[in-house]
Amino acid sequence: MPNIAAPKQLTRTVITARGLTKKYGDFAAVNGISFDVPAGESFGLLGPNGAGKSTTMRMIGGVSQRTSGELAIMGLDPEQHGPEVRAHLGVVPQQDNLDEDLRVRDNLIVYGRYFGLPHSYLRPKADELLEFAQLSDKAKAKVDSLSGGMKRRLTIARSLINEPKILLLDEPTTGLDPQARHILWDRLFRLKEQGVTLVLTTHYMDEAEQLCDRLIVVDKGEIMAEGSPAALIREYSTREVLELRFGSERNTTVAAQLEGIGERLETLPDRVLIYTHDGETSLEQVSARGLHPVTSLVRRSSLEDVFLRLTGRSLVD
Amino acid sequence: MTENHLQHGPAQSGPTPSPGSASAREADAATPLLSLRVPLTPGQSAAKARKYGSLYFAEHWIRTMRGYGWTVAMTAVGTPLVYLYAMGIGLASLVDANTNATLDAGNGAVVSYLTFVAPALLATAGIMVASEENTYPVMSGFKWRRTYYGPNASPLGSHQLVNGHALGVSFRLLLTTGIYFAFLLLFGAVPESTGWIMIFTAALGGMAFGLPLMAYAASITEDRGQFAMVQRFIVMPLFLFSGTFFPLASMPWAVQWIGWVSPLWHSAELGRVLSYGYEEPVWLTIIHVLYLAVLALAGWVFAQRIYERRLGK
Repeated sequence: MPNIAAPKQLTRTVITARGLTKKYGDFAAVNGISFDVPAGESFGLLGPNGAGKSTTMRMIGGVSQRTSGELAIMGLDPEQHGPEVRAHLGVVPQQDNLDEDLRVRDNLIVYGRYFGLPHSYLRPKADELLEFAQLSDKAKAKVDSLSGGMKRRLTIARSLINEPKILLLDEPTTGLDPQARHILWDRLFRLKEQGVTLVLTTHYMDEAEQLCDRLIVVDKGEIMAEGSPAALIREYSTREVLELRFGSERNTTVAAQLEGIGERLETLPDRVLIYTHDGETSLEQVSARGLHPVTSLVRRSSLEDVFLRLTGRSLVD
Repeated sequence: MTENHLQHGPAQSGPTPSPGSASAREADAATPLLSLRVPLTPGQSAAKARKYGSLYFAEHWIRTMRGYGWTVAMTAVGTPLVYLYAMGIGLASLVDANTNATLDAGNGAVVSYLTFVAPALLATAGIMVASEENTYPVMSGFKWRRTYYGPNASPLGSHQLVNGHALGVSFRLLLTTGIYFAFLLLFGAVPESTGWIMIFTAALGGMAFGLPLMAYAASITEDRGQFAMVQRFIVMPLFLFSGTFFPLASMPWAVQWIGWVSPLWHSAELGRVLSYGYEEPVWLTIIHVLYLAVLALAGWVFAQRIYERRLGK
């Protein structure tokens, strides 16, 4: 079950990609990916750094030309109708690009002017957005003086100045501390409740689980799997995972003796993972074989396990 | 030590901890939902951006300029004061006492050193402002502060960032040359009534130097001190060899070409024609204007191409 309440209607498709490809010379950053995003959905691109997530986002945002394939946002090709497509979007880039010469509130007003919006709308709207981003007391502060989390929230507030129906978020919480991340997730959750379509990239599995109704797992420019977080976990992993640590030197040798316990075994440099439906029972079986790990942990499967299964690699190295 | 506990993954555990948490609920009561409705449809926004996007970016540019208003004011007011005192009064007292042959106005009349040097100082101010605004701020937009990428994600086109920047620089140029001209009047350095046109020709001179420089700055992806080199090996030699402090003709032929390629010389000579009726063939005056216009136009076209390539649209 996804964490965020299911959108009321999932009828209209707002983003369609077919065989979307971006090549730099011989290197394919995005290699023929296809997906649809219905209105109101929270759609995630999950993958490690360099998987092609940001490149895909830039193509959707109309700031990178695709090499081949088809792409439509609100039925419009971003290469043919750039200004029209971008007028529909709110964009939160991976790196903040606020104007540090301007004060916090002015950053919002100036940005709103790019959408042709009048000052009579922008002044009260900027105040409303600052309240939404919990930055009202910083309205006259210099951008420089804001913390990383505040800058992120200001960037999100700025992206909402034109009241976009689609919000693109590229790694929205990378580099933020846990508290700042939770505040930000809460704000995004509220937007989703208002019917805004969220498209976000992340390499954090917990973020994907928190925010996404549906996601595609991307690696090396290709889609490895698609579905809701729960469905992906069901399909590619077991209910529980037993994590065992025998000490970095012994993990590999002990792994051979664990064969047959659980459904599948994964040996990582620092631990052995046993994929199983019942972690406790599996742990008993390990003890029964006379093996005593330094630490053991039974946990639910996560998207990290899905990714490990699909690519043989960990998401965050 | 064997530790054994069960972590509940959010996928199976129902409501998420963060949006449903106590702190989030508190915020819930304190934070109203967004209620103000945008007065334009995306289509209308896009149409306005297509039409007025350059002006919107210029507006941003001018707002940003207020952040360093002190520098702008010091350049606009301080520079003419310092230069006019040093050159127009200090150096002039030596020059005027010792020679008049080199300051022939071309029509038999002789002008004071202050009158001779004033249009060139005004032209120099234009070049200086243009070189300041078209180097580091451009690099900053692409690389350091990445301020171009925000507007680039909006309905604006990349070419409109170039236009808006150029409009903003023109605004500051006219502000600077306008104030400078007022000081020239105060010092009694402008005999002819056509002198005020210098405000615009000096600004044109600034754009003739500034726009190609903007294109160059936009093409730099790695800062290896190129702008310091531009300052040392282009701006300074132009300043010294463009007939600024003495007529170009008094220089050896071997270095006179520097004046001919220099927008500063063309801008200063135009100023002299306007300020004290310096006599030169009409075709030469036309060449001054054309040369400056062509340089500015070429720089503008190149800058647009480079911005479009770099900003992906």
